[in-house]
Amino acid sequence: MKVIYTDSLVIGGGLAGLRIAIASRQRGYDTIVLSLMPAKRSHSAAAQGGMQASLGASIKGEGDNEEVHFEDTVKGSDWGCDQDVARMFVNTAPKAIRQLTAWGVPWSRVKKGDRQVVINGKKVTITEKNEAHGLITSRDFGGTKKWRTCFTSDGTGHTMLYAMDNKAIELGIPVHERKEAIALIHEDGVCHGAVVRDLVTGELIAYVAKATTIATGGYGRLYAVSTNAVISEGMGTAIALETGVATLGNMEAVQFHPTAIVPVGILTTEGCRGDGGLLLDKDGYRFMPDYEPDKKELASRDVVSRRMTEHIRKGKGVSSRYGDHLWLDITLLGKEHINKNLREVKEICEYFLGIDPVKEYIPVRPTQHYSMGGVRTKATGESPNLKGLFSAGEAACWDMHGFNRLGGNSVAETVVAGMIVGEYVADHCAENDLNIDTKLIEKFVRREENKIIKLLNRDVGENPFELRKEMQDIMMDKVGIFRNGADLAKAVEELKVLNQRAKNIALRNRISTSNPELVEAIRVPKMIRLAQCVAYGAMLRTESRGAHAREDFPERNDKEWLKRTLTTWSSEDNDLPEVSYEPLDIMRMEMPPGSRGYGVDNTVHHPDTEKRVAEIEEIKTAHPDADRFEMQELLNPIEIPEKFKGKNERIGRGFK
Amino acid sequence: MSDQERTLKFHILRYNPQIKGDTPTMKTYEIKEAPGMTIFIALNEIREKHDPSIQFDFICRAGICGSCAMVINGQPDLACRTLTSKFPEGEIKLLPLPGFELIGDLSVNTGKFMRQMSERVESWIHDKYAENVDLCKLEERMDPDTADEIYELERCVECGCCVSACATKRMREGFLSAVGFMRLARYALDPRDKRSDEEFYEIMGDDDGVFGCMTLLGCQDYCPKDLPHQTQIAYLRRKMAMIN
Repeated sequence: MKVIYTDSLVIGGGLAGLRIAIASRQRGYDTIVLSLMPAKRSHSAAAQGGMQASLGASIKGEGDNEEVHFEDTVKGSDWGCDQDVARMFVNTAPKAIRQLTAWGVPWSRVKKGDRQVVINGKKVTITEKNEAHGLITSRDFGGTKKWRTCFTSDGTGHTMLYAMDNKAIELGIPVHERKEAIALIHEDGVCHGAVVRDLVTGELIAYVAKATTIATGGYGRLYAVSTNAVISEGMGTAIALETGVATLGNMEAVQFHPTAIVPVGILTTEGCRGDGGLLLDKDGYRFMPDYEPDKKELASRDVVSRRMTEHIRKGKGVSSRYGDHLWLDITLLGKEHINKNLREVKEICEYFLGIDPVKEYIPVRPTQHYSMGGVRTKATGESPNLKGLFSAGEAACWDMHGFNRLGGNSVAETVVAGMIVGEYVADHCAENDLNIDTKLIEKFVRREENKIIKLLNRDVGENPFELRKEMQDIMMDKVGIFRNGADLAKAVEELKVLNQRAKNIALRNRISTSNPELVEAIRVPKMIRLAQCVAYGAMLRTESRGAHAREDFPERNDKEWLKRTLTTWSSEDNDLPEVSYEPLDIMRMEMPPGSRGYGVDNTVHHPDTEKRVAEIEEIKTAHPDADRFEMQELLNPIEIPEKFKGKNERIGRGFK
Repeated sequence: MSDQERTLKFHILRYNPQIKGDTPTMKTYEIKEAPGMTIFIALNEIREKHDPSIQFDFICRAGICGSCAMVINGQPDLACRTLTSKFPEGEIKLLPLPGFELIGDLSVNTGKFMRQMSERVESWIHDKYAENVDLCKLEERMDPDTADEIYELERCVECGCCVSACATKRMREGFLSAVGFMRLARYALDPRDKRSDEEFYEIMGDDDGVFGCMTLLGCQDYCPKDLPHQTQIAYLRRKMAMIN
């Protein structure tokens, strides 16, 4: 039995995972990153449009600060987020972006003087200030009050990931490539590492660590069409679920991005609309202002995706052999702008659609994009149930996104959570000894080994590729943008059957070394269980909140549903996960529930909301001289690692 | 996109070094072409319906991550964004990228090569004050055009096409290759990196470095991101030649 010991084991080599490994190493701990492939190929690289941080250097970002970013994030989440975490996040985001600047990201910068932009379909000239010249610039994104999304052309994730991985290489952090964690080693509520399969040799290796961090990204591939990379299968989340101890949070909260290309589902960034692109229907008509006269194309993602779907249902979609779609028009932005700031989009259009977006419209439709749910963690990033298990980035339900994430807040979360959780991981390494019985390690390795032997020995059984396809179709058809009780109940039943069938997988290629079919056979049963968590959670949540839109329960119901869904799976023999709920305490909210400002506000309010609003008014009246920092301290005191506590400087206003 | 359905013939190199006694062979698979079909879609269909043992690497399937470079009808390219309609005869021959350790079939170990390259060129900002930057304060300013120029050179996705298309690399095992030169050019351009020309010379001022390049420029011809390899290699050479 091969055992590798380290202090801080990080599963996943994307932005969040690498940042945590860097924090561990900088604090003097041994760390190893496990990755399915070279770290620079992680899905973080696919983030195009940008990272939100309230630097406010561009003229259209003027007046931005942590408060405004906080409001946008909480509203965007439909009040489903953890406001402590959202606060930690918005206060630290400017520091994260400035650190990445020092580490080499070539952020696009403010250029002083006039420049032409497109706002609301019209060309407008804006003038950047001389004193902002050379600072990090920003673009407009959906659901934000200010132009806050910092970017490097439309290759933001790529440049961030390259800078991060290069930093990790500088620090000599080992990345063990082509390694897949297939189970967590744990006992008595403590996580001790993972059983890992070498994807080339097939060898099982135990990685034993004081702290284990899951940073494996989202579970978009539960759906047949997703913008996600093919490795975004939720494996880290699934092995946490399989402990029977760790809880998952808000698994039903799944985001659909308005503009993925048809049919293959590759993303075109929100930056297309942020920079002035429009959505058009089959008649070439710009329909979004009819639905959302205020924010139009730049309403929050969940809202735009629903409006597009409604419009298609009215018969206004463009029909194609792949079903109906709408048009994304960026022709009005002009060749120069597209070549400079939307060049990845241009390449994607050329290669996959054979069109030139400078001259032609792009066929788009809402497509699965982001998993708000994931491994439930405390604000420190640690699982509340399994000590020593941490999670960060899309894999986690740290919960700054609630039921809908704002564009530009995902890569921002990865690096901010990486910084903050990274410190708590290092603290954990400082405070704990590595204390494990080798018999326990052996027990877990043997268990996984036996499962694989069983798979390889079974002569007749289910085809894992077919099981996956059936699962993906169920999720697409019945657990999509608009949901209803009848379809969800059907999905839950059908997935139960698939879960049973997945216990009887047989392989055609029966070798234990590099074997893609065996990889599939190990993953598919895990994916089906995650799909069950999503579908079951969606069926039980009889309200609409953020991206979870129930046709049979269209109102947001704070009175009964202002709570986070928690899911566990206590026994392999069970057919369904156990679901419980964790209430969000309005009386501790800095920003009590209100209206997001889209469509008709039909919220069923919680009695505490009025109380908290009155209480906040009292606090404000009692402290007439408090500045925004003192007020935040009064309304929402948060714990944050000491080194990230300082105030953030902005051009034209200093540290105020 | 044509509506006419044709049968595609894929000729694929099959070899699994993990199986003792396995020898490299070409195998042919026939599948029906679908509209808009890419090699990504085709290979997955072959794996799911014909031969579940076949190995290849795709991650983003959008031409962004650089995982899927292979030799397609004699030319290195990203398989995920290569449409099958590009080949009028309907015959597509796929080989793994040369110049890298073979993992199996079409899968090669670019990761190991790229990590070594990054360590060799010290692919990070060299500034002893960088770690003491006060994160609360305004970031260091950068000329907007310089930032754009750096991004131009940073668009490399480490796919390995330039390495496999390089004749010098074939002759000199330790040749740094275009991917390494591009990385060096990127840092040499970056005002945040305080390395002197002499320090860069130490890294690339020999025949395994920029003076070894025979200027055949396969890198320029086959770079899927259209990076300016020719210009940058010339620029580095001139810069290095000026050091005595």
